[in-house]
Amino acid sequence: MKRLAFRNARLIDPASGLDARGGLLVENGRIADVGPRLFNDADPRDPEVIDCKGLVLAPGLIDMRVLTGEPGSEHRETLESAGRAAAAGGVTTMVVMPNTDPVIDEPSLVDYIKRRAEATARVRVLPMGALTKGLAGEVMTEIGLMMEAGAVGFTDGDRTLSNTRVLRRALSYAATFGALVVGHAEDPELSRNTSMTEGEFAMRLGVPAAPAMAETIIVERDIRLVEMTGVRYHFGQISCGAALDAIAAAKARGLPITCGVSAHHLTLNELDVEAYLTFRKVKPPLRSEADRSAMVEGVASGVIDVIVSNHDPQAPDTKRLPFAEAAFGTVGLETLLPAALSVYHERRASLPHVLEKLTAAPARILGIEAGALKKGAPADLVLIDPDQPFQVDSSTLHSRSLNTPFEGRRFQGRAQKTYVGGECVFSAK
Amino acid sequence: MTTATAAPILQSSHLLGIEGLSVSEINGLLDLAEEYVALNRAAEKKTTVLKGRTLINLFFEASTRTQSSFEIAGKRLGADVMNMSVRTSSVSKGETLIDTATTLNAMRPDILVIRHQDSGAAELLSRKVDCCVVNAGDGSHEHPTQALLDALTIRRRGRKLEGLVVAICGDVLHSRVARSNIHLLSKMGARVRLVAPRTLLPGNVDRFGVEVFHDMKQGLEGADIVMMLRLQLERMAGAFIPSTREYFRFWGLDREKLAYAKKGALVMHPGPMNRGVEIDSAVADDVEVSVIHEQVEMGVAIRMAVLDALARGLAAEGRNAP
Repeated sequence: MKRLAFRNARLIDPASGLDARGGLLVENGRIADVGPRLFNDADPRDPEVIDCKGLVLAPGLIDMRVLTGEPGSEHRETLESAGRAAAAGGVTTMVVMPNTDPVIDEPSLVDYIKRRAEATARVRVLPMGALTKGLAGEVMTEIGLMMEAGAVGFTDGDRTLSNTRVLRRALSYAATFGALVVGHAEDPELSRNTSMTEGEFAMRLGVPAAPAMAETIIVERDIRLVEMTGVRYHFGQISCGAALDAIAAAKARGLPITCGVSAHHLTLNELDVEAYLTFRKVKPPLRSEADRSAMVEGVASGVIDVIVSNHDPQAPDTKRLPFAEAAFGTVGLETLLPAALSVYHERRASLPHVLEKLTAAPARILGIEAGALKKGAPADLVLIDPDQPFQVDSSTLHSRSLNTPFEGRRFQGRAQKTYVGGECVFSAK
Repeated sequence: MTTATAAPILQSSHLLGIEGLSVSEINGLLDLAEEYVALNRAAEKKTTVLKGRTLINLFFEASTRTQSSFEIAGKRLGADVMNMSVRTSSVSKGETLIDTATTLNAMRPDILVIRHQDSGAAELLSRKVDCCVVNAGDGSHEHPTQALLDALTIRRRGRKLEGLVVAICGDVLHSRVARSNIHLLSKMGARVRLVAPRTLLPGNVDRFGVEVFHDMKQGLEGADIVMMLRLQLERMAGAFIPSTREYFRFWGLDREKLAYAKKGALVMHPGPMNRGVEIDSAVADDVEVSVIHEQVEMGVAIRMAVLDALARGLAAEGRNAP
């Protein structure tokens, strides 16, 4: 029997509320025991015993929004390379988006992603299926068959369905199966051919911009459709305060709505575009400081359920271009945890509260057996030094693409070791 | 055989839907139809109940079984039957429904059987003509003779409608058969369940007083009758389901799903069937469970009963009495 014992850890399990010194036992890839004082007396020289030296041992992180580039853009990222980046960032489960080439819009492609990930990636990979065929927003996909093939949710990625009739039917159909739908909120017409958020800064740069209201309008529309159809609905990433207010009100009415925020919307604002930095061109765009601050407040108050990387690798051919022509997107798997921890270091929320947004909450929304330090659960773990200061250096990233928006940024706290099913998949040097 | 001067069965001079019928009217039609089942199985099938009467079949939608069923019913009752198909009439030249109706009315028919793609067409026609109007299907509204023939089929299989658990499965949204059956079965005390994806159920359908299910396993659990509906692909402007293969996987009736129903449950289908879409051939062709062919046979008897009942009304009013 394969055993692994962790002692002298600060155990943080947001799912159960546990936050205490203790130990954890892994047997055959699953958590066999966990609790305070466990292995206090173990021999630290035993090769099967890991002395955590008071560092945080938490459930491995679940990133609900990752784009890899496989299939179709393997030069940017593969499931294998994204898996290495995930492991280095403490992420043990990544949910991959269907907006690849081909689009993951039928059962055999869902099956392909699962098999390919099992064969190549060192972390768990859960595919999402497209909500409409080819992401074209016209014909709904085989939601039932794709669920059977293993799709954990349905989304058109970073596209917003403009046809409300198609969307209503798709949501209604998804609700038939109790499926999770993940929406992207940006009015397609208001945001067409824009690269920044509307405001003084975009005006000064002369960059075509979309108002933050483009997000709020769609959020409010989609809330009404959820009310009509009863579907489980998750806004993949929210970036402005007004949208968050609408979601808070919808939640208060008891609607089955959740939402996420990207790590970069918690830590950067529109001014960080500086002199047309395309690595900070994201979708939705970086917003005003008031909106960024509202996102931090949303995490603290709990209106925001999850924090995601929105990992979207881009190569120089799509980023080294004039701002308007450059692609959207940033890599983020390796900076998700440090960026999220900034909310804790700014004393806006406790450490367990921030970790909950990266573990128990996504597990609950996805309905998966992960994100908890629970007896019998898979031993997906991350050992975190929450205080270690470091400076982001893109040359050290494991991702195949290096388009981080945080180059040179100082953060505190990162993953030291990452385990998937009891196997160590990353260990900091 | 019954004569045209016997006691009236229907209160109205039209049969526009089941919703307006009473339990005794329904029972009266079913009882009368039983007599015609026997007649139809005899060598000599002709009667003189409608002798001298003119029946016009006015079909704005293509139909094989309903139109031929009404035609045979009329002919066996001794009526002169004329089929007007829209492709060969002036409707295709732009004439309105009411113009067509008043033109036909001037030819003094006794009974007009109408099928139309729009809900309410039979009702509109009935207000513009002097003869009896039979609704042979209007849009997604009603198809009363189908519900009556389904009830007759069930009754002749020795099942009592009262307390019977009937699962109506599939495209309820577009189905006039479903609406007529919901009315009839509810009136007769059966427990009606609807089983369909949310996209194929009309909003507020629970207001019919039915139980609604989205999962076949739960919906068929303990059902006495499984009534499949045709997936009306021709009415699906815009997608209500992603594909027929997914539809079959989750809502197509195969042996596995039928096993959830009560042992000895009967399978019905109004036809025409989309094999491999809403029903598996293995079930449709299994004479142990499928009563689909009996439904067709009962269709003729029911339509004879309806025409007979309406003719009695004509006779009672003394209009065009033979």
